[in-house]
Amino acid sequence: MVNMKKSEKKHIFDNPRNVSWVIRGLFIGCALLVIADLFVHRHVSHSLEELFGFYAFYGFFACVVLVLIAKEMRKFLMRDENYYDDLDD
Amino acid sequence: MMIWTIDLPPFMPFYLAALLSVFLRGWLRAIVMLAVPVLGGLQLTGLEIGEYNIFALMGFEFSPFRVDRLSILFGYLFHIAAFIGILYSLHVRDTVQQVAALLYAGSALGAVFAGDLITLFVFWEMLAVSSVFLILARNTEAARRASIRYLVFQVLSGVLLLGGALLYFGSTGTLAFNYIGLDSPAGYFILAAFGIKSAFPFVHNWLTDAYPEATPTGTVFLSAFTTKVAVYALARGFPGVEVLVYIGAAMTCFPIFFAVIENNLRRVLAYSMINQIGFMVVGIGIGTELALNGAVAHAFNDVIFKGLLMMSMGAVLHMTGRINGSDLGSLYKSMPWTTAFCMVGAASISAFPLFSGFVSKSMVMSAVLQEDLGLIWLMMLFASAGVFHHAGIKIPYFAFFGHDPGYRPGEAPVNMVLAMGIGAVLCLFIGCYPVFLYDLLPFAVDYTAYDITHVLAQLQILFFSAAAFAWLQLSGIYPPELHSTNLDVDWLYRRFAPNCIKRLGVVVKRYDDAFRNLFISRFNRTLYFLEQQNGSHGVLASGWPIGSMVLWVAILLATCLLLFFI
Repeated sequence: MVNMKKSEKKHIFDNPRNVSWVIRGLFIGCALLVIADLFVHRHVSHSLEELFGFYAFYGFFACVVLVLIAKEMRKFLMRDENYYDDLDD
Repeated sequence: MMIWTIDLPPFMPFYLAALLSVFLRGWLRAIVMLAVPVLGGLQLTGLEIGEYNIFALMGFEFSPFRVDRLSILFGYLFHIAAFIGILYSLHVRDTVQQVAALLYAGSALGAVFAGDLITLFVFWEMLAVSSVFLILARNTEAARRASIRYLVFQVLSGVLLLGGALLYFGSTGTLAFNYIGLDSPAGYFILAAFGIKSAFPFVHNWLTDAYPEATPTGTVFLSAFTTKVAVYALARGFPGVEVLVYIGAAMTCFPIFFAVIENNLRRVLAYSMINQIGFMVVGIGIGTELALNGAVAHAFNDVIFKGLLMMSMGAVLHMTGRINGSDLGSLYKSMPWTTAFCMVGAASISAFPLFSGFVSKSMVMSAVLQEDLGLIWLMMLFASAGVFHHAGIKIPYFAFFGHDPGYRPGEAPVNMVLAMGIGAVLCLFIGCYPVFLYDLLPFAVDYTAYDITHVLAQLQILFFSAAAFAWLQLSGIYPPELHSTNLDVDWLYRRFAPNCIKRLGVVVKRYDDAFRNLFISRFNRTLYFLEQQNGSHGVLASGWPIGSMVLWVAILLATCLLLFFI
């Protein structure tokens, strides 16, 4: 079912330029969304929401913290793949 | 179809089809299996609110078919999920799996339409017993072991429910399944039963343990029914119970850490499932009309988008035989449809505007803010960013993009692609036209998801989460996918307890040996003493000359004579 093809057609992300376009588009989108915060009057229900770019900052911050903590968790939670297999010896 | 009257409980057609499927083969079986959810779903559209087929047995009143706005919503949902799941698994040539799937779907329907606690209990157990075959059918040692652990938890939940139901009957005199609350001990038993099935923290590992071990198609069914029946039961029995807010908030947060470091992509989805159930549990705990609407709407959407994600990962597993993020990548080249549908599911679970998750999750978030639960709100916001991170980006990225290990398996079978397509269309349809779902909700909906505040806030969170992922990947901080086992609470009963028992065994054996040895040596010494005394060479057994006998008799007689004269 699984076969390897050495010489096949180029796919869209085989070209590193396309990848960098995606990333550039993402960062441009981020910038536009923060700028939109200046013009859009939002009705807020929590005082934190009044901060400029609160959601943007929180989203970024949350993900970085999430990954850093998860990385630390690996140090004491990660075991060998067959950790549970060798129990009934 | 003559017997298919309007008041036939919805589980019956599924059970009958399961029976028929034992004897049917090939396309005939396929037609029966596909027809059941379609006809059953149509039957629901003609139903009036009320209770059908009430009967009394041994002094108890049973109500196997109660129709109200809450139960019928889940009724529709489970018919849709069953249809998608059956279509997805149509290529499977395994009678056990197909019969089990039909029984399982039927049991879920039986449970949500149960008007009394005993009927609920019966289907609660049937859910466990029928679904375990979907895990066993994987036919691996790991699956066999996981299925036993799964069954232990499910049966424990059932036992708690039965005990709670009897206590409830004892204190209230009724078995009717309505609001239960935590006013009596019965409430705690029943909440514990519901809690196990909805994967509350510390009793959540049956889910992350067993679901990834099931067959590619089995996990699609599993992800749809068991936990959502539990969410339904919580929404009916414990709306507005405050502790659920905190339990739910914990459920939204802790699984995402495990999801980030987990390698098995179906296990990532299992953790993400707990996270999504957390949003529902918070909504139920708040208990306002908006919150409850949000909770059940999110359950509805979750079944479809989580099913879609599970289907896409099932397709990857089916086609490549692999499911670890570390082994996969760049499958968009050979599985473009699966990739596209997976990304629709990913966008839906991440609550992108125009996708289904957005229109239901924002209801719960708004309800949290209305109740002024600031900390809970921040936790859920954190979880929202996290779910995008691990389910929205990680799943598609590591399976379909990222590094290229060179697999070119080709697109999944056409029935799988069709099933994923239906799921994807539903995600988009509900996302773009939420009124369709809002009209089905238990309470009248006075809520618009699509205002500029919600949309902008959500887009900012999502774009910046994506930016964080991109930055962490590019800078090499993001933890690589590794072949590994991550310890969770299940370590307690998979490693710690067995080890304790082993060690305890060693200690017990030591004392046991010492005690036995002591006893045996004492016993032997006693035997030796008796041998000395009474053995063939013992004092009492040695030969005595007749002469000395006579002497002793003479002494005896002389003593008697002497005594006589005194």
